[in-house]
Amino acid sequence: MNNSGSIRSCGECCTRLVNFGVSLGSKPVLDHIDLHMHCGELTAIIGPNGAGKTTLLRAMTGDLPHTGSLRFIHRGNIENSKPLRIGYVPQRIEIDSTSPTTVMDMFASSLSRWPVWLGTRASVHHKTRECLALVGADELINRKLAEISIGQLQRVFLALALIPVPELLLLDEPVSGVDRAGMELFYQTVSRMRKDFDLSILLVSHDLAAAARVADRMILLNRSVLCDGPPGEVLLNPLIRSTFGFGFTADEIPEHDPRGNSLLHDRCQWPREGSGPA
Amino acid sequence: MITFWSELAGLLPFEWAHYGFMQNALLAVLLVTPILALLGCLVVNNQMAFLSEAMGHSTLTGLAIGVLLGLREPMASVIGFAVVLGILMFLMRRYSAAPPDTAIALVMACVVSLGVVLLSRGGGFAKFSSYLIGDILTISPRGILGLAGLLVLILLVWVFLFNSLFFVHLNRPLAASRGFPVRRMELFFTILVAVVVATAMPWVGLLVINSMLIIPAATSRNLARNTRQYILLAVIVGILCGILGLVSSFYWDTATGATIVLWSCGFYAISALFRR
Repeated sequence: MNNSGSIRSCGECCTRLVNFGVSLGSKPVLDHIDLHMHCGELTAIIGPNGAGKTTLLRAMTGDLPHTGSLRFIHRGNIENSKPLRIGYVPQRIEIDSTSPTTVMDMFASSLSRWPVWLGTRASVHHKTRECLALVGADELINRKLAEISIGQLQRVFLALALIPVPELLLLDEPVSGVDRAGMELFYQTVSRMRKDFDLSILLVSHDLAAAARVADRMILLNRSVLCDGPPGEVLLNPLIRSTFGFGFTADEIPEHDPRGNSLLHDRCQWPREGSGPA
Repeated sequence: MITFWSELAGLLPFEWAHYGFMQNALLAVLLVTPILALLGCLVVNNQMAFLSEAMGHSTLTGLAIGVLLGLREPMASVIGFAVVLGILMFLMRRYSAAPPDTAIALVMACVVSLGVVLLSRGGGFAKFSSYLIGDILTISPRGILGLAGLLVLILLVWVFLFNSLFFVHLNRPLAASRGFPVRRMELFFTILVAVVVATAMPWVGLLVINSMLIIPAATSRNLARNTRQYILLAVIVGILCGILGLVSSFYWDTATGATIVLWSCGFYAISALFRR
C-alpha cells in the first residue's frame, strides 16, 4: 500500500457498463444502463428512494445477477478488457452490539487464508495498520466494529476497499448518519485516495449539494439513466424538481471542490438524455 | 482406542469414572461440546440461531422417515433429511417473500408436525421420546467414532474455510466485491449446521441441542475482545459445562443434555454481569 506513486493516471482506462440490467424476482429494477467511467473520475448517482441506486452497486459487486456487461477497458483497448477489481464501501452495516469482531479480524479474514481464530500473522497486521493509516484510522485496529462511530466505521471500510487497490471504487451513501466533521474527513480522504490511486469512483448520495461539490459528473437514476452530465448542469435540469420536489437555481449550485481532481472530462462520449423521463 | 480411554478415565479419582457408560459418555461429551461450541460461534455471528433451532426440531422428521422406511439405522435418513432441509432453508432465506423468521417458522411448523404425525401413528410416539431429551449415557463406541469424525470435519473446515465463512456473513455485497463465493459459502454453512445438528441430536436431545450450540458462544461474546478470544472461550465454556453437566446428571439422576444446558445458562448469567 505504500507504493501509491507506482500507479499513475493514464486517463485512458475506462469502466464500461453496456445494456446493464437487474431484475429482482420477475420485477426489472434497472434497465438499459449504459455508462462509461474514466479512471480518476468521480461520478455521483442521485435518484429517489427505490430508484435502484443500491441495486446497481450490489449488481456491480457481483452480489446480484445482472444482464448486459461490465468491463474494465485498459487504455481504450477493448480486446484487452478484463473483469474489474472493485472496492466497495457498504451503505450501513448492521453490527450487533455484542459482536466481538474487531477491525483487525475483518481485515485478516479478508486478506489472509490463515484462520482468524488462530491469531494474526505479523505481515497481515503490518499491512492492515499501513492501510488504516491511509485513512487516519490506524489507532482503531484493535477496536471492535460494534464500538466505533459510524464515521470511523466508514473510514475503516474505505481502507479495506483500497486493499488491494481497486480500479473502481463504489461508495453507497458512505456518509449517511455521519456527523458534519466526519463527513468532511471522509470526503477529504476520498479526494486524496482518488489522486493517489487514480480511482474511478461511483458515489451514491442523498445529499445532492454535497455530491455536487465533490463529483465531476452526476447521474440522475430512476430505473434507467434519466440525466447525465456535470453536476452544475444536472442540478438545473427540470427533472430534478419533478423527481425530488425541489430544484436548484444557478447561484445555488455549490462550487466544485478544488481538491477534486477533475481533469478527465470528455474522453468518452456520455449518453446525454436531458429530456423528460420515459 | 476405547480400551485405552477406559483405562485412562478409570484413573480419575471419582466414583463415577469407574462406570463404563460414564467413561464413554465423558469421551462423547469431550467430542460433542467443542463441535457445537465452534459451530455455534459462527451461527451466532450470522444471526442464524433461530434457523439452527428449526433444524434441531426438524431432525424428528428425518427420524420418522427412517422409521417408516424400516431402516435399521435411522441416522442415515436423519442426516440425509438434514441436508435436504439445509438446502430448503437456504433457498427460503434467500428467496422467500416472507420475512426470514416467518419463513423459517413456517418450514419448521410443517416439517415438525409431519414428523410427529408419522411417529405417532398407532399411538407409538413414546418409544421415540429418548430423542427429545437425548441419551448420551448409552452411546456406543460407534457413536463415539461418529462424533470424532464430525470433530475432525469441523476442525478441517475451521482451518481451511473459516475466514471465508466469517467474512461472507459480515456483509454480502462487500464479500462479493472481494471475490468471495458468497452463495456457495452460505449454502455450505447451512448444510453444515444441518448435518452437525442431526448427527449430535440423538445424544444431546433435540429439545436442547440448539442451546448447546448457542449458549457457549453467547457467553463468550460477553467477555471476548476479539474473534480469537471469542472462539477459544466458547470452546472452553462448552467443554466445562459438558463435564459439569455430565457429572451432576450422574448424581442427580437427570437427563444429561438438559443438565449441561442448565450449567451453561448459569455461566451465561455470570458472564453477563462481567460484560465488557
